[in-house]
Amino acid sequence: MTRTGISVKRFTAWRRRPWAGYAVVLAALAAIGVIYAGFSPQTDRAEAANANQAAAQASLENGKELFNKNCASCHGMNGEGVKDKDGRAIAPSLLGVGAASVDFQVSTGRMPAMNPGAQMPRKPPIAAFDTRIEKNYETPEEREEAHERQAEAQQNLDDLITYITSLDPGGPPIPPASAVDPSKGKVALGGKLFRTNCAQCHNFTGQGGALTGGKYAPPLSRDDVTPTQIYEAMLTGPQAMPVFNDSTLTPEEKQAIIAYVVQTREEPNASAAGLGRIGPVSEGLVAWLVGLGMLVLAAMWITAKKPKKLKKS
Amino acid sequence: MTETTAGATAVKTPKAVDGSLNWLDDRFGSTGFFKRNVKKVFPDHWSFMLGEIALYSFIILLLTGTYLTLWFKPSMIEVVYDGSYQPLKGVQMSEAYASTLDISFDVRGGLLMRQIHHWAALLFVASIMAHMLRVFFTGAYRKPREINWLIGIGMFTLAMVEGLFGYSLPDDLLSGTGLRITQGVAESIPVVGTYIYMFLFGGEFPGTDIVSRMYMLHILLIPGLILGLVTAHMMIMWHQKHTAMPVKHQTETQVYGYPFYPVFMAKTGAYFLFTFGVLALLGAFAQINPVWLFGPYDPGAISSGSQPDFYMGILEGSLRIMPPWEISAWGHTVTLSVLIPALLPLGLVFGGAAAWPFLEQWITGDKRLHHVNDRPRNAPVRTGAGMAMVAFYGILWLAGANDVIAERFHVSLFATTWFFRFAVFLGPLLAYIITKRVCLSLQRRDADTVAHGVESGIILMSPEGGFSEKHEPATPEEKVVLLSKETARGEAPAVDANGIPAPSSKGPIGHLRSRLQRAWTFDDIPVEEGHGHGDGHGNGHGDGNGHGDVSERKNPQQIGH
Repeated sequence: MTRTGISVKRFTAWRRRPWAGYAVVLAALAAIGVIYAGFSPQTDRAEAANANQAAAQASLENGKELFNKNCASCHGMNGEGVKDKDGRAIAPSLLGVGAASVDFQVSTGRMPAMNPGAQMPRKPPIAAFDTRIEKNYETPEEREEAHERQAEAQQNLDDLITYITSLDPGGPPIPPASAVDPSKGKVALGGKLFRTNCAQCHNFTGQGGALTGGKYAPPLSRDDVTPTQIYEAMLTGPQAMPVFNDSTLTPEEKQAIIAYVVQTREEPNASAAGLGRIGPVSEGLVAWLVGLGMLVLAAMWITAKKPKKLKKS
Repeated sequence: MTETTAGATAVKTPKAVDGSLNWLDDRFGSTGFFKRNVKKVFPDHWSFMLGEIALYSFIILLLTGTYLTLWFKPSMIEVVYDGSYQPLKGVQMSEAYASTLDISFDVRGGLLMRQIHHWAALLFVASIMAHMLRVFFTGAYRKPREINWLIGIGMFTLAMVEGLFGYSLPDDLLSGTGLRITQGVAESIPVVGTYIYMFLFGGEFPGTDIVSRMYMLHILLIPGLILGLVTAHMMIMWHQKHTAMPVKHQTETQVYGYPFYPVFMAKTGAYFLFTFGVLALLGAFAQINPVWLFGPYDPGAISSGSQPDFYMGILEGSLRIMPPWEISAWGHTVTLSVLIPALLPLGLVFGGAAAWPFLEQWITGDKRLHHVNDRPRNAPVRTGAGMAMVAFYGILWLAGANDVIAERFHVSLFATTWFFRFAVFLGPLLAYIITKRVCLSLQRRDADTVAHGVESGIILMSPEGGFSEKHEPATPEEKVVLLSKETARGEAPAVDANGIPAPSSKGPIGHLRSRLQRAWTFDDIPVEEGHGHGDGHGNGHGDGNGHGDVSERKNPQQIGH
């Protein structure tokens, strides 16, 4: 409180505005948001230091080094898996998992894992394996550097796969580009298969969904989910997902599903707002907040207008 | 038409108008009717328009629905789709689903009409709910309006069924899932369940009859019933006059507001256009029920995040959090895990709402006519009970979306289920307690304002150096609102002067009634003029701090330096 009457008065006057309460709430929310943002952990910072060190060496040597650095702490020095003292697996064995599995886990950023939970979340891959580098820079030097870094990350990933498969060959290989090309799949068949096999967890438009015990089916509707990753997921059944081997879903059927997923997510919505394509929950929210909200505002406006002539009557 | 206002009589009525009105008047005597009715006065408050949203959405539903019937084929004959939506080309589906796709992609304006129709349906039910809450919390259902309240509950129920049948018609994957649940609910009814299910579906699920049967109910029977009830609702409202908020000039015997013609007619006409405009905007810019993405119904398939439309959410939520209870007796199975969620929560909400006006009358013994609304704070028990109901409904409604909540907010699905299992019992209790406390605090503030006026924001310094804030009396308009509170009427003495117990307080029912009445009134805070300065203010009412709070204000307030 100040002693000068004017500022008290001004403050009091501001305080008494009808919107003052809302302003205080808004300011408090903003402050909480800023504080939260300051304290919440960032995923990609911690591992970024590894970026430059994972540099050239012969393929296997490099792969081994990457493995020791990023994987061995959980999966064991020879990829044999680690169990806690009660015999429960902390990290599964990587022997014989196959190239498709390694490629899926690392290229989606799930591995190396940050902290063990019900399920490893998809996140940007650590810098050493991040092949999704921005390349549209202004200067040719920057562009060239970006290309180099991408090539290096791809090389790292290939080396890691080479090393892990060298421990125990076997398991499904990475599917060839021709097998995952969405433009060659039959969309209608894919839709049918998707609805019977995938929608129960991933939702009819691939928005993802909740599973039991804190697990979840991740969304397939994001652009960074590549056809190769979808194919690899079906082959290897990561986390809570079942394995759809080639006798359950033939390669042709897998391609149809990929075609359906990609076409559905690229298909524009019938109206400007798709409302998340998750069905009636968001529709109900919009009906109440937007529909009823706008009409309540209109009602307030209409009833606030007093016709002058009749005011006396 | 000569009964217009004084200024307008100078204008000569055009012959065409005058002539045709005379023609009508000769046959119907309509002039007399209009003379009595066009000047009917309507009170003005924004919340009185909520019911009108429902009325206008209903009109839009009838119009857009008619458009859709021109192309929709209520048939479950299997066809192979050959329309312009590529991803479903060559897929087997029912004719109902195929014709819905045709309406969406091949009929001019069809998708817009479908979307407006569906948005209007959501808005119809949402505005019914909002309107009902307004009526409840302002006590507008009190005598003489109990019948209209019951008609409203009837329409709400019909609207839910109408909506369920409506969104089930396209025979897509989502609505088929809903129908499967409907079948399960029908089957769970003890003894007659299987017969009801077979009768409804004309055989095993899904059969080939259900879509055409729902179609008949959806476009003919239920809208007809709703239309009849709407007419009754409006005529009763017109006859009984609309309730009004407690404002200056408004009394129990005289309505204060604007005449139907021209003011209210213009407002309500404009409001129809607003409703239409909002629905057209939603229909044009927000996608709703994209059946082509859901795919045709296939009993072997299901999607995660399968929810019904919002007004069925309470049933969905009850079903989701219900533990798997089942009784087997004499070779019959009673599936409580379906029966209870299907009947109990909605039965509580609708049954409770229907019984409430009569229950309140019985408890308070208030048999007077009421045309001026209560402010929600002035009836804390009613407002608290209403909020408890809102919490109960809202928690079950949210539970219906528990997988979406788990997915979007990254919480465990089981955690949400257990949370809702407890919240559905604790939430209403908390809501009641908190609401009642808030109401009483607001009453206390009203009493304070009436007694001591409003803080003016002007700080005075006394010669001793103490600071105090000047209070200004409330304006007459404010006072009317504040003083609209009736001091709760004390309980009738259980025993009269001659020692004869009052008939209403005899027996266990009578005791219950007196107890409830005490609960209704005991902590009431009187809001009265000239009653402020410590003359026993608030004595015997509620918790002592109300008393202290008010009397302290005798001294000019000191604020810090």
